[in-house]
Amino acid sequence: MNPLINGIPIHYLLGLAGILFSIGVLGVLIRRNIVIIFMSVELILNSVNLVFVTFSKALSHINGETIVFFVMAIAAAEAAVGLALVIAIFRHKKSTNVDELQSMRW
Amino acid sequence: MLDLFPIVVLLPLLGFLHNGLLKDRIPHRFAGAIGTLAVFIPFLITLGAFNEFNPMERTAPHLVPVFDWIVIGDFKTSFGYQIDQLSLYMTLIITGIGSLIHLYSMGYMKGNKGYNRFFSYLNLFIFCMLNLVLSDNLVLTFLGWEGVGLASYLLIGFDYDKSSAAEAGMKAFILNRIGDVGFILGTGFLYWLGGSLQYLTLQTNLSELSEFANYANLIALFFFIAAMGKSAQIPLYVWLPDAMAGPTPVSALIHAATMVTAGVFLIVRLNFVFFLAPDTSFFIACIGALTALFAATIGLLQNDIKKILAYSTVSQLGFMFLAMGSMSYVAGLFHLMTHAFFKALLFLGAGSVIHALHHEQNIKHMGKLFGKIKITSLTFLLGTLAIAGFFPFSGFFSKDLILEKTYTYGAFGSVLWTVGVVAAFFTSFYMFRLVFVVFFGKDNTDSHHKVHESPWTMTFPLVVLAVGAVGSGFFLTPHFFLHIDTLERYFAPILERGTILANQTGTYTKHTELNHGVEISLAAFSVGIASLGLILAYLIYQRKQSPILEEHTGFRKILFHKYYIDEIYDVLFVKPYVFLSKGIAYTFDIKILDRFFLGIGGSFGVIANGLRRLQSGFIGDYALYVVLGTFCILVYILTRGV
Repeated sequence: MNPLINGIPIHYLLGLAGILFSIGVLGVLIRRNIVIIFMSVELILNSVNLVFVTFSKALSHINGETIVFFVMAIAAAEAAVGLALVIAIFRHKKSTNVDELQSMRW
Repeated sequence: MLDLFPIVVLLPLLGFLHNGLLKDRIPHRFAGAIGTLAVFIPFLITLGAFNEFNPMERTAPHLVPVFDWIVIGDFKTSFGYQIDQLSLYMTLIITGIGSLIHLYSMGYMKGNKGYNRFFSYLNLFIFCMLNLVLSDNLVLTFLGWEGVGLASYLLIGFDYDKSSAAEAGMKAFILNRIGDVGFILGTGFLYWLGGSLQYLTLQTNLSELSEFANYANLIALFFFIAAMGKSAQIPLYVWLPDAMAGPTPVSALIHAATMVTAGVFLIVRLNFVFFLAPDTSFFIACIGALTALFAATIGLLQNDIKKILAYSTVSQLGFMFLAMGSMSYVAGLFHLMTHAFFKALLFLGAGSVIHALHHEQNIKHMGKLFGKIKITSLTFLLGTLAIAGFFPFSGFFSKDLILEKTYTYGAFGSVLWTVGVVAAFFTSFYMFRLVFVVFFGKDNTDSHHKVHESPWTMTFPLVVLAVGAVGSGFFLTPHFFLHIDTLERYFAPILERGTILANQTGTYTKHTELNHGVEISLAAFSVGIASLGLILAYLIYQRKQSPILEEHTGFRKILFHKYYIDEIYDVLFVKPYVFLSKGIAYTFDIKILDRFFLGIGGSFGVIANGLRRLQSGFIGDYALYVVLGTFCILVYILTRGV
């Protein structure tokens, strides 16, 4: 396993991925605006992508990068559907605050 | 007609369902007609089947399998009906007298708000009783056996808003359950030994089983315990006198044609067991004789017209069991039929009197009714002559046959015969006491009401039953008079197998043929005894109108209070049982069981309440759970390894 990728140590990359992931999770948990939550989810996905790419390079194996393509494709699809939903909800509720979306609460 | 036979059972069921489900949505007249027809049409079918079966010639029963009922491994029970001399005989009595009682009820229950309910119960009763007698296996018989128990509970407690009626219903139900334990045990033993529950298969299987004779006494005893409950023998008789809490037609139905004779029927049906059980048979004879005497003495001092008749039923059933015990099954069945006629007649007659006097049941408030209600009093008199055993009324022939068979039965025959004769004397006495007080004697009726004869729906059954009560004795007469032995030959195929079996094992009780002189003197003696009862009753109640038996002191007090049997049972069984039940209910049940199970339920409630808070409906919360869960799993994997 190659500990350096283009001269950058692998744990830097993994650390960055970890930070991005944490920021994403934190965003999902504490933000109320549904659009921001969406962006945070993208952040999570990208942090994972970064991990995949890193290991793919380090192990000189193509699998990780293949999965990244899948993830990106799915993220694109999800964004398309998700944003459509957001727009629909906004039209309905005139708000993007998730705490106000509680009509299914007991 | 034989292939139509399941309809006989089906029609009362349909009648029950119809009247039971539609209840008050149909007019009373219509419900009554449906209920009556649901019994009368089966009677006609049975008559047809009776001719087709040709019971005097044919020996093999006709089997009608309907469908398989319970199939578990090798164990199989089916809904199947066995049509033979015995079941046809019973079915004719049940549907014949049953339809008369139904017709009578149409008049008697008029204006009662529970009219339709009453008819649905009656039909249920008939349905169960028919299943009991027609079944070809013990399980279906047991179904009918329990069914009549249930129906009698419903009917006795018909006026459920009266606590006495409700209690009488429960009493009947519970005492019958005690007897039923015997039925279940006996059935289990028979299945264990014979490997089947079908009567015919059992009969053949058991006759090949050499050691069966060792068990026969035990099994017979179990079934006799069952019969004790259903047929009201000592010590389980106390429910029957209370059963008159139901409307009068119910008493007639229960007392005469159906439920109480189930025990007699069962013994004859299982005669291949009872023939091999001489010890149990002797026991049965003793119980029967005791019951006959015991109940007859209680009947002496009762003042409720229906209660007198109720005790006379217990007493007459004692006679039947005396016959069963002395292994003269034909005599028992003969008495069953004649008794069905005259007891139904007497009960319905009593109902007619009660009806005429606006629900007065105390005979002290009656009197001089003869002539005012002509049909009722005349038929009642005929019934009394029959039950007292006067020549040539039906009761004479059947009771005399029983006494004669008892006389020739084993070493203690003459002792049992004496007991029987004394019981017969008491029977004659208390029945004529009833007749003299109610129909002759002083007029104690409440003069505000006009005494009126009942409608034709009530008097017509009385007349028909009176014909039966007078004439039904001529199916079997002693040697010195006409010498008719129709019933003997009729029942021969039923008893044949058991007789052969008993002859092989040497348990057969041979009734020595009496020479005609002795037979005549026995018969003359019992007629004399009956006349003595009549004369005594006449002297005491008609001529002197002596209060000798109405002052309740000393032994008369004991008699009046029915030997305090109910009170003794209350102290011996009911009170301790209630005490125990209460103890268990208030300590073990509430403090331990309830807490345990309610605790389980409650704890789930608490947990659920806690978990409910997790479902806040906020997306952020759910995301947090996901993250926390992931975190926990990660920690687990990292610390424990994959």
